Amino acid sequence: MSDADFETIRKLQAERNAAAAAKKSSRTFDPSNQRSDNTSTKASLTESFDTDLYSRDGGDKYAGYLTSLPADGDEDMQDADADNSRRLVGQYTATKSQIEEFAHGDGVEEDDPFAGRGEKSTRIVDRETDYQKRRFDRTLTPTRADPFAANRQAGAAEDGDSYREIMERREIEREEERVRQAIQARREAGETNGEEHQATLQDGNKENAEAGSTDVATTRKRKKRWDVSSTTVDEAAPEAADGKAKRSRWDQAPALSAPGAADASKKRSRWDQAPSATPVGNSGLVTPMHPSQAGAATPSFGTDIAGPNAAISDEELDALLPGEAEGYKVLEPPPGYAPTRAPTHRVTATPLPSNYGGFMMQEPESGRLGQNQIPKEIPGIGDLQFFKPEDMAYFGKLTDGSDENALSVEELKERKIMRLLLKVKNGTPPMRKTALRQLTDNARQFGAGPLFNQILPLLMEKTLEDQERHLLVKVIDRILYKLDDMVRPYVHKILVVIEPLLIDQDYYARVEGREIISNLSKAAGLATMISTMRPDIDHVDEYVRNTTARAFAVVASALGIPALLPFLRAVCRSKKSWQARHTGVKIVQQIPILMGCAVLPHLKGLVDCIGPNLNDEQTKVRTVTSLAIAALAEASNPYGIESFDDILNPLWTGARKQRGKGLAGFLKAVGYIIPLMDEDYANYYTSQIMEILLREFSSPDEEMKKVVLKVVSQCAGTEGVTAGYLKEHVLDEFFKSFWVRRMALDKRNYRQVVETTVDIGQKVGVSEIIERIVVNLKDESEAYRKMTVETVEKVVAGLGSADIGERLEERLIDGILHSFQEQSVEDIIMLNGFGTVVNSLGTRCKPYLPQIVSTILWRLNNKSATVRQQAADLISRIAMVMKQCGEDALMGKLGVVLYEYLGEEYPEVLGSILGALRSIVTVVGISQMQPPIKDLLPRLTPILRNRHEKVQENTIDLVGRIADRGPESVNAREWMRICFELLDMLKAHKKGIRRAANNTFGFIAKAIGPQDVLATLLNNLRVQERQSRVCTAVAIGIVAETCAPFTVLPALMNEYRVPELNVQNGVLKSLSFLFEYIGEMAKDYVYATAASVVKHIALGVVGLGCEDAMVHLLNLLYPNLFETSPHVIDRIVEAIEAIRMAVGPGLVMNYVWAGLFHPARKVRQPYWRLYNDAYVQSADAMIPYYPNLSEEGIDRHELAIVLAASVVLKPLIPFNMQGSAVLL
Amino acid sequence: MADKLRTQQELERLQAKYVGTGHPDTTSWEWRTNIARDTYSSIVGHPSQLAYMSLALNEPSAKLRAQLLRKMVQPCGPPPPREDQEMYMAPPTPRAQE
Repeated sequence: MSDADFETIRKLQAERNAAAAAKKSSRTFDPSNQRSDNTSTKASLTESFDTDLYSRDGGDKYAGYLTSLPADGDEDMQDADADNSRRLVGQYTATKSQIEEFAHGDGVEEDDPFAGRGEKSTRIVDRETDYQKRRFDRTLTPTRADPFAANRQAGAAEDGDSYREIMERREIEREEERVRQAIQARREAGETNGEEHQATLQDGNKENAEAGSTDVATTRKRKKRWDVSSTTVDEAAPEAADGKAKRSRWDQAPALSAPGAADASKKRSRWDQAPSATPVGNSGLVTPMHPSQAGAATPSFGTDIAGPNAAISDEELDALLPGEAEGYKVLEPPPGYAPTRAPTHRVTATPLPSNYGGFMMQEPESGRLGQNQIPKEIPGIGDLQFFKPEDMAYFGKLTDGSDENALSVEELKERKIMRLLLKVKNGTPPMRKTALRQLTDNARQFGAGPLFNQILPLLMEKTLEDQERHLLVKVIDRILYKLDDMVRPYVHKILVVIEPLLIDQDYYARVEGREIISNLSKAAGLATMISTMRPDIDHVDEYVRNTTARAFAVVASALGIPALLPFLRAVCRSKKSWQARHTGVKIVQQIPILMGCAVLPHLKGLVDCIGPNLNDEQTKVRTVTSLAIAALAEASNPYGIESFDDILNPLWTGARKQRGKGLAGFLKAVGYIIPLMDEDYANYYTSQIMEILLREFSSPDEEMKKVVLKVVSQCAGTEGVTAGYLKEHVLDEFFKSFWVRRMALDKRNYRQVVETTVDIGQKVGVSEIIERIVVNLKDESEAYRKMTVETVEKVVAGLGSADIGERLEERLIDGILHSFQEQSVEDIIMLNGFGTVVNSLGTRCKPYLPQIVSTILWRLNNKSATVRQQAADLISRIAMVMKQCGEDALMGKLGVVLYEYLGEEYPEVLGSILGALRSIVTVVGISQMQPPIKDLLPRLTPILRNRHEKVQENTIDLVGRIADRGPESVNAREWMRICFELLDMLKAHKKGIRRAANNTFGFIAKAIGPQDVLATLLNNLRVQERQSRVCTAVAIGIVAETCAPFTVLPALMNEYRVPELNVQNGVLKSLSFLFEYIGEMAKDYVYATAASVVKHIALGVVGLGCEDAMVHLLNLLYPNLFETSPHVIDRIVEAIEAIRMAVGPGLVMNYVWAGLFHPARKVRQPYWRLYNDAYVQSADAMIPYYPNLSEEGIDRHELAIVLAASVVLKPLIPFNMQGSAVLL
Repeated sequence: MADKLRTQQELERLQAKYVGTGHPDTTSWEWRTNIARDTYSSIVGHPSQLAYMSLALNEPSAKLRAQLLRKMVQPCGPPPPREDQEMYMAPPTPRAQE
């Protein structure tokens, strides 16, 4: 760059500065002419009025903001999920929209502006997708019989449903589903009659009839249905005895039958029911009824919206009815009258119209109800952290105030559990802890039934929050251990509740779910697990099958794959239903995802198990099989190719036969298997599959594109695939079909293409790739240029630039410069690309540097702030290379220009400029710096006052560097000024800034002597903020360390006389820090007296001969031994220990003996603590110092043996050994 | 409450690790036994000290070592009967001398 150029830029900059200054005075209110510079005195309608916030210069008022939104905003989400989310996405066959939904959180969270602020944001339902919400469709099935119980006679849950019954029920469900679909189909075919009919069928399609309250469920028997032939006779009998009318499931208002009201269950025709009383909306019905909810369903009249039926409070009654003034009075209830406790007023939880057709008004939970009915305190529990209205439904029983003595043992037990659960769920941490322990310890006494009957419905509650769920799950986890095989009848119920955790978005929830299921399978045993989950494998609902598959995978990992393998084999070959096969294969797919390379020993078995399914007649099964194989191959990489031998053929031939989605799966599997092969095979199979890949290069399907790219990059990464092969067969096609502008527009494709290109680049070399794409750097599409720059950056960063020829190098730099200049939105990718390329080329850049620098200079002078910022950032990246190229003169010029720009108004830009200056100072050194430091530093001083974090960080770094390396270039006065500014830095939020400021204090103190710095710091002890004071104290410590303590201590102690608590505290604190920092240097200052300092002093002087002072300190310290405050006593004991270290145990133990057997326990306590600490640390050293106890029957005469002048003396009189071992 | 529990647990752990540590309810007999055992084990554990003593007593060090080890069995006699459990250092009783 010529000097003329440089001068032009300087001149321009000067003008710009002047203009900015002029603007500043005129833009805002001008006091001289009392008006702003606008020609009109009125405020412009089109411009922002607030000039401080929106500076009005030019059209750049959006500088600093993103002016365009990324096309696909979920990029980050994708990233964040990438490491573990593969478990979530793409394994169940969900539609694309569902998968998208997952990534976006269904808009529930994003769209709600108050999400995260409102108190309900922690609710789990709020962030669940529709798919996840399907968990509410599941019901807690009745308790099951335990066929594996050791002594069946004793089995309490003998009356549970048997396996056979459940299988029959599943059969019915399938039939229902079929009928429902048939009806649906017929309806869609034209006859649109009676919407009610449709609702009826949908309502009934779940297990509502069987569900209901769980304790009723155990006695309720199957209903006779026309399509069930095998209802055993003995089942009918108890039902008849119950006196319950057999109901057809269609007309049932389920679960209204409470235990107490079981016999009163009347037959209701659904026609006379108001819509809201139909089962669906009411969550208590779809989910099972909690025992305490019994009767909660108040008979509803008309449209029941809870509100009108709410109880009227006393105040309201007072307002409504005439009072005593009018001669009325409220009568006392007669003695002995007990009001009928209103059944717990369940504020019906917001109904979830999950499978209900119409629109439903969400009923707001009446605040009035909530206020009046939520007790502040539950008797026998104490203060809770919170108590939600929903809790009332479950724990309301505790507040009914009934007499505990009148209750039966069972009821008492129930209440006990309820109380403990409430404590765990809503209590304070210590409360929770004890309650959890009680629950665990007494789990077997309580029994599995009562426990799970209360816990599980709680977990199904819709308003459950993360914390509550975590705690309840923890309870289950703990009691599982204790209950062991007693859980068997409840396994399915637990699974229904826990399985949804496996597909939760939250990683920890998934881990928690896995742990529970794994513990459950260990407690219940394989046989129970299989028989319990078997019916769900071919469940009608895909959601159930999906979660069951995941749960099965967990069981496999808990009990070992071999144990489960025979079962899996059977399921995968199921003739009866393809759903079963699908689920079976899915289990196999989940196992490697869960266990990783631990599948290796069983790989053969697993592959054989699903191998035949590659040729299944159902497409879905084939697809999931190929995905399972992909998962297995991925997990076993790089081993285990021999296990896949058998399926290679079907896989490759299958890949030829398949089309569309099926093909994508097959290709994926192929892509994962190829890296396992040895070279020859890999080469052969790659060439086999490449044909298909090349054909699919032009596929319009996005999913297919992604898979193809992935497979190509996997193939490229394999040993056997040679660079020559890739160049010959793949590269041309690849670049033709994927390096097109359209690919750059979609974020996902963009990334995949870049990755694949980089992977291929690893094989074929830098120049091959760059040669092909370098032209794109001058393309007209910006996104395409960006994609190119990113690829270039990654390839060059990975492989270096040695391979790049001279001509290519020229084109590359030219292209990058072009795209750098042409960018309309300043992007970090461009910056990184430029930086990487320049750094990699190193000295080869020399010819281009003038051009680059001139570009930078021009851009530094740009109107747009982001352009300036980017230019400054670029300087900090290439400063090193400029030094290598010996362009010191250029750097000097850059330094001068940057210096001129220190008046920059945008803090972000200013930060970057400072960063650029810093990197220049670093490479050229303090003495060579242009402009000279003595000019630079005074300009930095005011900038220190800037509050922006980036600015602070960069300035403090720069100033600290100068203070460290070249403090002499600036006079002391300037440094003092900087000191004052630095004090403000101590308030910074970022720890790094505070630390840097503290260190800088040290450097400055070293440079100009500690007195002035210290005075500044001591004054700062008077300020209000604690953080600032603490930092000051630390800074004093640092100053003392760098400038020898004697310079600091007198001033510090003098300061202690200031009658102000903060200052005195600060002094003590800094003393403490001081002694901590200076360590051994403290030996001269042991006579300082401050209790908290003693420890550090003592530890600092160990072995340095200050015992006298230490004993003195000990004497002062010792009376404090009976402090009760835990912190104080800890410090005291620590200090005594430290002194023991300094003076040896003998002396200190003399203080201890006296109290070890003191009559008062309060005295003995701390003494034994001291004794124990001493014993642990120096038991051996204490031996000679134990008190003389010869009268006590212990005569340690061995210690008195003395060998003196060849005469052996056996002293018979034990001497007093108090203190030290005196020998003769 | 939880804090107390923790200290209790910590003490138990400490005691499991170091037999010689005590607590407010340690009896004098227990303490004395520990002192004596610690003393003997310390002598046995420092070969130079053992050598010194064997020289002074004119005994082979192996023999002396065995003697000391034997002494570590109930160095202060059998534990006192439980009813007159001593809470503090009691004056010597004739029973203790026996």
